[in-house]
Amino acid sequence: MSDVPEFFLRFWPQLLQGAGITLLLTVQGLAAGLVLGLLSALARVYGNKFWRGLAVGYVELFRGTPLLVQLFLIYYGLPGLGITLSREWSAFLALGLNSGAYQAEYLRGSILAIGEGQMMAGRAIGMSKWRAIWEIVLPQALRLAIPAWANEPVSLLKSTAIVFLIAVPELMAVGKTIAARTYNPIGAYVTVALVYLAVVYLLDAFLKWAEARVKIPGFEAEGRKA
Amino acid sequence: MDSPILQVKNLTKIYGQNVIFQDISLDVNRGETIVIIGPSGTGKSTLLRCINLLTPANSGQIFLNGQEITTPEANEDRVRQQIGMVFQNFLLFNHLTALDNVMVGLTKVKKMPKARAREKALYELNRVGLSDRADHYPGQLSGGQQQRVGIARALAMDPSVMLFDEPTSALDPELIGEVLGVMETLAREHMTMLVVTHEMGFAREVANRIVFMEKGSIVEQGKPDDLFYRPQHERTREFLWKITELYGNKEEKHE
Ligand SMILES: Nc1ncnc2c1ncn2[C@@H]1O[C@H](COP(=O)(O)OP(=O)(O)O)[C@@H](O)[C@H]1O
Ligand SMILES: [Mg+2]
Repeated sequence: MSDVPEFFLRFWPQLLQGAGITLLLTVQGLAAGLVLGLLSALARVYGNKFWRGLAVGYVELFRGTPLLVQLFLIYYGLPGLGITLSREWSAFLALGLNSGAYQAEYLRGSILAIGEGQMMAGRAIGMSKWRAIWEIVLPQALRLAIPAWANEPVSLLKSTAIVFLIAVPELMAVGKTIAARTYNPIGAYVTVALVYLAVVYLLDAFLKWAEARVKIPGFEAEGRKA
Repeated sequence: MDSPILQVKNLTKIYGQNVIFQDISLDVNRGETIVIIGPSGTGKSTLLRCINLLTPANSGQIFLNGQEITTPEANEDRVRQQIGMVFQNFLLFNHLTALDNVMVGLTKVKKMPKARAREKALYELNRVGLSDRADHYPGQLSGGQQQRVGIARALAMDPSVMLFDEPTSALDPELIGEVLGVMETLAREHMTMLVVTHEMGFAREVANRIVFMEKGSIVEQGKPDDLFYRPQHERTREFLWKITELYGNKEEKHE
């Protein structure tokens, strides 16, 4: 334990680089997951039977199986079908698909919470269904989703640690290298844990700042009533 | 007098097994204010929703400016731009300011340039007495103010007809007057209006015609004085008696 300060001094370039890759994996996974989650949520609320079925299948599959299994299937399994992806692409795909399934549920809940009245009011001034979804329902649903959704970035960031198993050089992989080089696993992993804590702290602070920026006076109360 | 601006012909609406209304026919003339009264559950809201195609009727026809809007070829989105709707629970867009609530139909539906849309929206807000609340979000407005923004939002589209579904029913008594005041001004400016309300004072003072609906059909319609003082049907008399008893006191306050 007493080695921790020394580890920081000695390995800070590797730790910084690992943290950067961890953060990059998180942001990429979140972004891909947001697109997938949004599409699935819209498909489930507004789609026909086919799209609803597809969305339900996707969400259940990726929420109902371990991320590690998904990662290995993509990295080691897909080559069997003639699809070979790099470590980075495999990690990105697994994290994005997995996060999308969770984000779909947050977003679906908040779309339903907006209520049909807003859609009706949009249609009443001549908006098409999709324009009303885009202009009226989504801007409200996304804001309403923030408190529950805000768990996802941190949760995903912590999940990225498993991609060291396919040798993506993120923070956890850096920890393993330090442990091997110094024969001091406790010191190495405590150091890594502290870096994770710091990154999570920064991410949380950023999310709070962003949430405050998109806040609309009097909206939450309305949203909860709806 | 020219032909009716809105014609409802033999309209029938069925939900599952329930016949909500049957064979309703109603002509609305240009500039006319019609008040629809009747017990709750009678199908008044459903009738208004059928008229602006928010829910499809099962049979019958609706004509707007002489054009049938109930054919499959009619462009629903285009039709709804011409029919303003004001809801009982306001249904303002909660993420938009009062100004943007009024503007959004102009910019996103009518594709009007922003500057012109803004000018028009401010004009409509001014019409309902709320230019000083342009930057407020719905959550920062009183019920009466929200409803007036709702009226401005509908007016901004320059509709041929305005539909009001119990516009003051969700309001505290002291806020009802400001909304009725705006509606009265519109009526004086010869806006064509179809108003479902329990406000008998408004009906008597402002309506050109009152339509009494009960159990999915129009029982009786006529000039306010005829309906109030010389109703042809016992059911009309009973309903008016009951409703004045219920709402009578409240009205006197804001008249
Ligand atoms: N979407 C719907 N599905 C099924 N029944 C409905 C629906 N909307 C209204 N109804 C029924 O239609 C009847 C008339 O309702 P409504 O038009 O709201 O009456 P009013 O406005 O006169 O009080 C009621 O019995 C109501 O339960
Ligand atoms: Mg009603």
